[in-house]
Amino acid sequence: MRSENERTKAMTPQSVTYDPVIGLEVHAQLLTDAKIFCGCKAAYGGAPNAHTCPVCLGLPGALPVLNRRAVEFAMRMILAVGGTVRHEAIFARKNYFYPDLPKGYQISQYDQPLGDGGSVGIIDAGVEHRIGLIRIHLEEDAGKSFHPENAGDDATSLVDMNRCGVPLIEIVSRPDIHSPRQAGLYLTRLKQILEYLEICTGNMEEGALRCDANVSIRPTGTTAFGTRTEVKNMNSIRGVERALAYEIERQTRLVQSGGTVVQETMLWDEKAQSAHPMRSKEESSDYRYFPEPDLLPLRVPAEWIQTVRSSLPELPQTRAKRLATQYGIPAYDAAVLTDQKALADYFEATVKGFADAKKASNWIMTEVLRILKDRALDVRKFPVTPASLAELLGMIDQGTISATMAKEVFETMVASGRAATDIVVGSGLAQISGDDDLAPLIDAVLADNPGQIEKYKGGKTQLFGFFVGETMKRSKGRANPQRVNDEGRDRDLQQQHGPGARPRPSRRNCGRALVGDHSRIPGGVCARFD
Amino acid sequence: MTDSPTRWSVAETVERVERGEVTAAAATGAHLTRIEERRSLNAYITVMADQAREQAADIDRKRAAGESLGPLAGVPLAIKDNILVAGVPCTCGSRILRDWIPPYEATVIERLRGAGAVFVGKSNCDEFAMGSTTENSHYGPSRNPHDPERVPGGSSGGSAVAVADFQAVAGLGSDTGGSVRLPAALCGVVGLKPTYGAVSRWGLVAFASSLDQIGVFGRTVADTKAVFDVIRGHDPRDSTSMRTNGARPAPKQLTIGWPEEYYGEGLDAEIRHSLEQTANRLKDSGHKIIPVSLPNSKYTIAVYYVICTAEASSNLARYDGVKYGHRADSPDDLLDMYRHTRAEGFGDEVKRRILLGTYVLSAGYYDAYYGTAQKVRTLIADDFTRAFATVDCLLTPTSPTCAFKLGEKMDDPLAMYLSDIYTTSINLAGLPAVSVPCGTSKGGLPIGAQVIGRPFEEHLILSVAEEIEKHRR
Repeated sequence: MRSENERTKAMTPQSVTYDPVIGLEVHAQLLTDAKIFCGCKAAYGGAPNAHTCPVCLGLPGALPVLNRRAVEFAMRMILAVGGTVRHEAIFARKNYFYPDLPKGYQISQYDQPLGDGGSVGIIDAGVEHRIGLIRIHLEEDAGKSFHPENAGDDATSLVDMNRCGVPLIEIVSRPDIHSPRQAGLYLTRLKQILEYLEICTGNMEEGALRCDANVSIRPTGTTAFGTRTEVKNMNSIRGVERALAYEIERQTRLVQSGGTVVQETMLWDEKAQSAHPMRSKEESSDYRYFPEPDLLPLRVPAEWIQTVRSSLPELPQTRAKRLATQYGIPAYDAAVLTDQKALADYFEATVKGFADAKKASNWIMTEVLRILKDRALDVRKFPVTPASLAELLGMIDQGTISATMAKEVFETMVASGRAATDIVVGSGLAQISGDDDLAPLIDAVLADNPGQIEKYKGGKTQLFGFFVGETMKRSKGRANPQRVNDEGRDRDLQQQHGPGARPRPSRRNCGRALVGDHSRIPGGVCARFD
Repeated sequence: MTDSPTRWSVAETVERVERGEVTAAAATGAHLTRIEERRSLNAYITVMADQAREQAADIDRKRAAGESLGPLAGVPLAIKDNILVAGVPCTCGSRILRDWIPPYEATVIERLRGAGAVFVGKSNCDEFAMGSTTENSHYGPSRNPHDPERVPGGSSGGSAVAVADFQAVAGLGSDTGGSVRLPAALCGVVGLKPTYGAVSRWGLVAFASSLDQIGVFGRTVADTKAVFDVIRGHDPRDSTSMRTNGARPAPKQLTIGWPEEYYGEGLDAEIRHSLEQTANRLKDSGHKIIPVSLPNSKYTIAVYYVICTAEASSNLARYDGVKYGHRADSPDDLLDMYRHTRAEGFGDEVKRRILLGTYVLSAGYYDAYYGTAQKVRTLIADDFTRAFATVDCLLTPTSPTCAFKLGEKMDDPLAMYLSDIYTTSINLAGLPAVSVPCGTSKGGLPIGAQVIGRPFEEHLILSVAEEIEKHRR
């Protein structure tokens, strides 16, 4: 029942503001080796109709046999989002005619899906929202139709059945999403979870992850649902956001100008950045679901659920929390690193070889991510192994090379795949850190500046920086400033006036300052010491 | 034993082939000749002369090489044309599959091939097994060898005719609501419909998946059993096929149920009399006959025609002209292609059932029709479970009438559907049943008795059928 207030509002639509209500239906292709009901390869691609057999071609007389692995993959997702796996699920036939649906029906699940409930958390403008899930069910994919362009009146459409029978899960959300941005965040989170579970590539362009949206609007502050439309044909998360924004705007204008929203299916046109209604002919309103008689009810004993549950990997949000605690890195770093499972794996592998987690995190978040982004690379294909990066970070830390040099070395490592030591030794880029190399330089600086020494001994301690700067200059930047400081402090001139009584700065603090602008090192380092 | 291989039993044929008294080629040749002589009965849609001769030659070669031969070595079989044999057209009695040649074959065919059987032809049937007379075949009706003006029953009429008329030693049919038992009764042969799940459906073109089961025709119970023993058993390619533990040992003295509902109005008096005689003979040989009640029998036809048409409407959706089979010429667009392909490709009975099935599954009607039918199906099955608590098997007529005239019921689908009144409930309950000849009408037409058993007790009902067979001789 609408309140009086709502009724008044409804009578003057142009004066009312509207809130969108969005529910998403996401299809994710499961990464099983075989298809869901036959032994054909489920892999993406391949010559048209190469991965087919009587079952997935829907030949007369063929029968489906359920792939146990597909059920396990679906169970992983259901359990990962806190849903309930049913002990008995029923496959049902969804009947409709389409050339790429060879049997004239899709084997899906209807009133007894494998999974019920669960939710996914998103953080929108710093606030956590939980998007509830209605269900997660298992079904088979259809084939693909091709309609060659410019074929004229003799147009022949082609059908590729390789995708027929590839296992899918459909994840149906509650209408808990209230903006296109939230829809994007939700999809990003789903994609992340699917990747962590290693059950879907999450690739929207290849169609491994697909999203249809149900959208309606209602006057701000009211709770009754408006008439919804279904928006289809989005091929990226950005596309989903844009299509939703478009449709919300369209519905709002329509209602504000006194019109009413009609329940229909809208097709998003990415090129035109607009959506148009599907011809009603193409719409199938009655799927005539009934239990699939060729398959027995799927019985899922509690032990099976337990086995799958205990094999679940650590999920992104849990992992982020653990990384922050275990390695003492900021929550922000942990979130960035766990965004992709492979990146978090890369970080943890790096930290195994180089214990300073914050330095490792900094390097990965800046240098590694920059290169990945510039070159559109997958972390799993990054040419520098975590062990190799750990070695490089160790060299910076020990002062073998400067931070600036390290970046050059890193570029070379990425380009060549060679190890850091190999590159440094080969190019003479190593810092002058050893006492034997530094001592003569320092001796020379001291010998050439007797006057300054006197002043320093007289109490002008800030001149320490002058000596360090001179040493760096003479080494043409290759001297390790940290070592120059240490060496200098160990000299006689330090004994009387030096900072011996003060807390000796840790190498760690100094290291922070070292990362950055090389030209600022002399002054910067000295300022810290005094 | 007579001299023509067409008159031999399975055991006789195998024995003679093994002993070298006859070659498989000769046994096959005799049947191919008989088939040619008897084309007027229209038992076969496709005669597999070349393939059959090759199979026979292969068996003869094996024998010459001293290899062991299978349990059906050299036995010519008729295969209903909705069971796939690789490389041989499979029409299902329909125009829509006129030219379709399957690239793979049914599990039962693989098993029979392995046992040394020879397939002499694909036998005629009602289109997609929908019918009770074989008149719904796009390739013309088959005729009853006892009276060519009469129907042989259906839908597996071709195989029944072939076996009854010595155009094959035994045959395969499929039974969704009586399609093996009814033609067996009308043609005077034995017809076994196994328990649902006893025989793999892989390679059987689906009509109604939850009811379909491949069955066997033989001139004797022993022949029927010999073929059944080869085709039965679990198949990983059919999720509904079952692994079974060995059947319980059958008691010598059986308690046989006499379901009163099967002897009421509509049953031909001669058939009733024949069944009563059969019961009396069984009593005389020490079995107990007791009346039982299957109170939900009256709903059988209604429930059956809701469920089978619903499943059929979905199973037959794949015949759309896109991938194989008939496609309408120069359609305007996709929808036009679907419409014309299916309008031209399917016959009236198939269309009637697709329409009915589509209707009962439609939003708003599902619960009233399909949902209710499934519930009543459970009640019907429960009736049998209750009866089997006190009896070992049930004895009923197979058909309410003997073979009737061609065309007699073609314009009255409801009267036609009543032909299945004693057979469909067995499919709804998933039970095994065998029809065995038990008498002859005054007009010389065969009468069949149906023995219904508990799940997977085919051997028990076959032993009862064997007794009935013995009494007749």
